[in-house]
Amino acid sequence: MTTAAKVLSRRDVVKQFKRSKSGLAGIAILLGLLVMTIYSVAAIPLESYRNWNSPAYWVDLPKAAAPAWTNFGFGPKIPEHTVQHMKDATVSTITEGPLRAEVHSYTLDFNYDFYPSDFMLLYAVRYGDTQPILQVDVVRPDGQEFMIYFASLPTSQQESNEFSGRVFSTDRSIAENLRDYANLFSYKQDPSRPQVMIFSDAQENKILKGEYTIRETFYVFNDMDSVQDSGVILGGRVFGLMGTDEMRRDLAIGILWGAPVALFIGLTVALASVLIGLIYGVFAGYKGRRTDEGLMRINDVFYSLPALPLLVILSVTVGRSIFLITGFLVIFGWVGMAKVSRSLALQLKNMQYVEASKLMGQSDTKIIFKHIIPQLIPLTFASIAIAVPGAILGEAALSFLGLGDPSIPTWGQILHEANSAGAASTGLWWWIVPPGLMIAITGLSFALVGNALDAIVNPRSRRI
Amino acid sequence: MGGFGRFVAKRSINMIIVLFATLVLTISLLGPTMDKILVEAINFNVVEQITIKELEFQTADDRQKYIDDQVALQTSTLGLDEPWYSPKRFTNTVLKVMVLDLGRSNYLTSDSGSSNVRDIILEKLPRTLLLFSSSTLIITMIGLYLGAFVANRSGSVWDRLNSSFAVFSGSFPIWWVGMLMIFAFAFTYHIFPPNSTPETSPSDPFYALDLLYHMSLPLITIVLVGFGAWAYMVRYFVVGVLSEDYIAAKRTIGVPEKRIVYSHALKNAAPPIVTVIALSLAASFGGAITVEAVFGWPGMGQLYYAAIGFLDIPIIIGLTYISTVIFIITVFITDITYAYLDPRVKVA
Repeated sequence: MTTAAKVLSRRDVVKQFKRSKSGLAGIAILLGLLVMTIYSVAAIPLESYRNWNSPAYWVDLPKAAAPAWTNFGFGPKIPEHTVQHMKDATVSTITEGPLRAEVHSYTLDFNYDFYPSDFMLLYAVRYGDTQPILQVDVVRPDGQEFMIYFASLPTSQQESNEFSGRVFSTDRSIAENLRDYANLFSYKQDPSRPQVMIFSDAQENKILKGEYTIRETFYVFNDMDSVQDSGVILGGRVFGLMGTDEMRRDLAIGILWGAPVALFIGLTVALASVLIGLIYGVFAGYKGRRTDEGLMRINDVFYSLPALPLLVILSVTVGRSIFLITGFLVIFGWVGMAKVSRSLALQLKNMQYVEASKLMGQSDTKIIFKHIIPQLIPLTFASIAIAVPGAILGEAALSFLGLGDPSIPTWGQILHEANSAGAASTGLWWWIVPPGLMIAITGLSFALVGNALDAIVNPRSRRI
Repeated sequence: MGGFGRFVAKRSINMIIVLFATLVLTISLLGPTMDKILVEAINFNVVEQITIKELEFQTADDRQKYIDDQVALQTSTLGLDEPWYSPKRFTNTVLKVMVLDLGRSNYLTSDSGSSNVRDIILEKLPRTLLLFSSSTLIITMIGLYLGAFVANRSGSVWDRLNSSFAVFSGSFPIWWVGMLMIFAFAFTYHIFPPNSTPETSPSDPFYALDLLYHMSLPLITIVLVGFGAWAYMVRYFVVGVLSEDYIAAKRTIGVPEKRIVYSHALKNAAPPIVTVIALSLAASFGGAITVEAVFGWPGMGQLYYAAIGFLDIPIIIGLTYISTVIFIITVFITDITYAYLDPRVKVA
């Protein structure tokens, strides 16, 4: 019996692979994942990854907001949560002697069917003894202009310090300032709900849609003083591409960061376990007799060990870092490949060229690595691809049980948090569906590639 | 029969080695934590005793000394002054567990209130068996029929649909599908209960019905995720049999195609299929941990999950051991039955 590996050249494999539709589909998905990985590494600030579990980092985002695209249906439009910073504003400066006025104006397209839940005005200013003054005006689509805030910033303790803070829509001075405009409305308006009053039509009790301009004017009295940042947050109930979770985290960032983590775990575990299994199995099969017997008994022991329970115990007692988990998964991953490569080595070692090199006095290691393993390389590639989904599912299961690496956002971990927060009962489907789908798609892509390769190179699956 | 005897002997030795290895591994991993927890528990008891007996001390140092003495006394009577890896304690623990003397749990109890680990596990074991054997049964029936059906139409649209479904469903984490099912059929449409623990007490006449009702959602989930891969596997074996010469012979003498596929081919593909059924059933404890955690099904998997949360080490060791025992014994029985039926296995 000849092995297929011997007959097939690399070019044959590529040619046959190109004919496999499912294999090509797998490659396409893989490329998509690769793009996600590169994008998340290159474009998303690393801070978001490190601060995944620190609530302070996500404080500006809404709690459990649905993805923004849910608005694109026929139903009423829910206000989108927007966070704007100085870089999104048009800045102009007016200087009059020592007095300087810095104007940051923000535009808001408000075309929603509900009032925003609240809003916040951010500022960060560096100043000395004299406190700057912050004035905030809102220009409405109907041309009305409301001055909603006028106050000096808190006194500075030291010579020069940076003071950053925020004005909430619940601030009492906003309500007081708005009282002056109450008579502009032809019906009774409540100034203590500025998020409603500012966005209401003056004639009828309904929402005034259109473009709003929010101007933050900083009056500074010293050349040394400077405005570091400003911003406007409009509180809405939908946000971003994937929404947010109960901890206000942007799920799109978590999903994106999950891709490199899953690829790393899947590929490392698969590569390590298949290589270990390959060498182990070939060595056992080639040596034969007692060595084979002994090695295969060890193999049987590993085969019978209960993997998930032991993985759970290992991560509880030894540690939960992502590298340790990768190692644990390898411990249980190499067994199958060892069995397969042993049986193939049993056939290969009786081939004439192997016996010839044995007669020529070549060492066993040399025969194994030069003559036997090269024959099994196509099968090895297929096995690596097939082993990836198992590794990804294994890590995801551990993370889902709350035993994954706590410092890293992984898809399993996001699902663990969704499950413990009762996302299913509160209807937060955007917290449940995407992470699981990503796990499935990633596993699927490798399974498709692996199966397509296996059908070409594996002598046993070739027959059928 | 000499070869067969040797085969059985070899397998038996292997079985004992695996059991021993699992135990040694589990105990050495959990030993340090176990010692710490036990000493802490003793310390807690001593302090509690002081408040109950209202003992008075002159100084704080006296009180501390009394506590230290008591703890030292109790640890040495329990044999805890030696570390867990001392030969005496280690062999003691291993031997005890091997004969299923699993000791007492630290926190968790059975529904009837017993803290005997064996009682707790024996209470949960039937429920896990019930869920997983009934789902395996349904999967097997669907898989056999569907697999034989597509094997006969190898290469058709049905065949390709079935193989792609098999690959698809194999990539889905079952616990995630469970979350989706709960979301869809427990919260969006209130058909099934979101938590699978029955509310009635076991003594209630309708307990069995209630249990079945609570079991339906996890059961449907397991079947949904599992049957595709099964049908694919059955197809693989049946196609193998269909290409054999004696099937071609039956075709030439005019045996109806239906009969060939569903009766002859399926029967001859049965031994490997039965092996896989047995193995997957025996290995279901691993999957039970996540599935039962999602659905709250009160079986061994959920017990394991809870025990990990509380670090209830006697239960963790007991469950790991018992699930390994079940797995290994099943493998052993299927192996020797298979070898008895198929002489080729003994040689390989």
